[in-house]
Amino acid sequence: MTEISPWLVLAGLGAFHGANPAMGWLFAVALGLHRQSRRVMWLSLVPIAVGHAASIAAVVVAVVTLGLVMDRRVLDALAGTALLGWAAYYALYGHRHRVRVGMRTGMVGLGLWSFLMATGHGAGLMLIPVIIPLCLPTSPAQGASAMDIAPVSLAAVAVHTGAMLAVTAAVAGLVHEWLGLAFLRRGWINLDLIWIAALAVTGLLLIL
Amino acid sequence: MATWQPDPSFYPSPRMAAQAPAERLAYVAAFDPDRKKPDAIAVVDVDPGSADYSRIVGQVGMPNIGDELHHFGWNACSSCLCPNAPHPHMERRYLVVPGLRSSRLHIIDTRPDPRNPKIIKVIEPEEIARKAGYSRLHTIHCGPEGIYVNALGNAEGKRPGGIFLLDPESFDVLGQWELHRGPQELAYDFWWHLGQDTMVTSEWGTPDTFESGLVPEILLGGKYGRRLHFWDLHKRRHLQEIDFGEEYQLVFELRPAHDPTKAYGFVGCVISLKDLSSSIWTWYRDGDKWAVKKIIDIPAEPADPADLPPLLKGFKAVPPLVTDIDLSMDDRFLYVSCWGTGEMLQYDVSDPVSPKLTGKVRIGGIVSRAPHPKAANGALNGGPQMVEISRDGKRVYFTNSLYGAIDPQFYPDGIDGWMVKLDVAENGGIQFDERFFIDWPKGHRPHQVRLEGGDCSSDSYCYP
Repeated sequence: MTEISPWLVLAGLGAFHGANPAMGWLFAVALGLHRQSRRVMWLSLVPIAVGHAASIAAVVVAVVTLGLVMDRRVLDALAGTALLGWAAYYALYGHRHRVRVGMRTGMVGLGLWSFLMATGHGAGLMLIPVIIPLCLPTSPAQGASAMDIAPVSLAAVAVHTGAMLAVTAAVAGLVHEWLGLAFLRRGWINLDLIWIAALAVTGLLLIL
Repeated sequence: MATWQPDPSFYPSPRMAAQAPAERLAYVAAFDPDRKKPDAIAVVDVDPGSADYSRIVGQVGMPNIGDELHHFGWNACSSCLCPNAPHPHMERRYLVVPGLRSSRLHIIDTRPDPRNPKIIKVIEPEEIARKAGYSRLHTIHCGPEGIYVNALGNAEGKRPGGIFLLDPESFDVLGQWELHRGPQELAYDFWWHLGQDTMVTSEWGTPDTFESGLVPEILLGGKYGRRLHFWDLHKRRHLQEIDFGEEYQLVFELRPAHDPTKAYGFVGCVISLKDLSSSIWTWYRDGDKWAVKKIIDIPAEPADPADLPPLLKGFKAVPPLVTDIDLSMDDRFLYVSCWGTGEMLQYDVSDPVSPKLTGKVRIGGIVSRAPHPKAANGALNGGPQMVEISRDGKRVYFTNSLYGAIDPQFYPDGIDGWMVKLDVAENGGIQFDERFFIDWPKGHRPHQVRLEGGDCSSDSYCYP
């Protein structure tokens, strides 16, 4: 099997997340339309990206911290189980979340919304199979200090979020300026199903 | 139950929904005022090209008697496309049908055969009382957090009434909606401004004050509801109360603008104690608060006491009794049902504080008993009541019964049910479709109408 660069995978997953209307581009477009302001739409992308990055970073920090003290096989099994559990939970109850942020939200609320959406959807969990080998080259990462791991972890979050932001911005701009929202009626395919499948497959890969 | 694409009847904006294909079927709640046989949801053919046009072509009976079916709704609608709470891969498929008297909730599947719907779940009043603390279920709306059901009484049938949530997939009762109720106690209708994160609720009274009919002492004493309540839709907190004042009683149907960027809506007040008039009010955003303004007064019509029911003889007038209103999808025309005088009025409300009367028809009425071109039975009783508008705004349907216990107070010789349809001219003006009159089968009276694919009081939108 030819190795795909982990950086490319991180960026690809970022693009996948960015394309999902539930991760923010649609909210940005809606806010632009509501406030009749192109500026609001583009500005909205900032808290959306920050919230997403925070959610991803939380998972990376948790994985790396566990990786410093835990055997690689145990870590893989644990992460895989978490992913399968999340996929099952999301399939059953994904529709049942409290709605905390509405159309009058400010930028802080939008950031919180993005964080909650990314976390609730398990966006960060999906990256674990890439994060483990990339950030924790030795197993357990004995001798490695947080200082050694921090730069690569930070870079992983940055690459993922950068790709996510680029796609979010591209789709939002395209829809706001040219496409309009009518295409949502048939074009909004069920990314959640693909998302659940991705979580489950990722989980299985880690366990097997 | 998840689908691959959104339901084709979901539209991002009211502008797009107004382009929807014409409805071919209507679902109509029908109840037995004598509570001797089960209520039903009737299926009416509204396709002018069909051989069964203007006929009841199907029906599903309830499993019990005495439900008094009321304002039912869909399990899912266009608000599923909202960006903050997206769950678009659902079907508009199930009717959620409340019993106002029984507090029972019925889930009815309209597929695979929309003319032959089937009950798939019944939620008993005990479960609703236990999980949500409410009874006397009144109105259903699909929205951001699932299915919202409002109730006029608490578990004991007293105050406060309020709202509870139902899971849109499993139809489990999730619990009470309000996290902070503030001063709100009475309930009637509710809806929201998705663009303003605001819920609005109105007031009737507690079940003991209406289940045997309107109580004259309570009405004339001004003890029924007269307030609007505004809530934070997402924090579920009471924000503001607006009191219409001592003169006004029964603040009923709420019709917020469909365009989510417009922060105004319309509400009907059934009666003024001063002169029996009905009124329409606009609520609107004023700085960081909500405010109301009365925009329409509909006066009572003088009448010979001999023609009036006992309740009204002393007043020598017929009150208009505006008990339902409905707003077209483009927020342009407001339809006003005058159940007492028998008029259906159409106002141009493009300017929401400066309405213009653009059309009216008369049918039934306490005194007028106006006929319909297709009605074989001459003078009609009952009057325009629950009104529904097609998404394209070209057709308006309505029925003639208000509430089992109140019908005989104003129509003592009984109400023979009927359903009619109006055609709407391009720039206002309404007239009866002479081909559409349903002489409702005896034993049932028709109430709320829902149109296939959605209508002007079923869906809310997040995009302008």
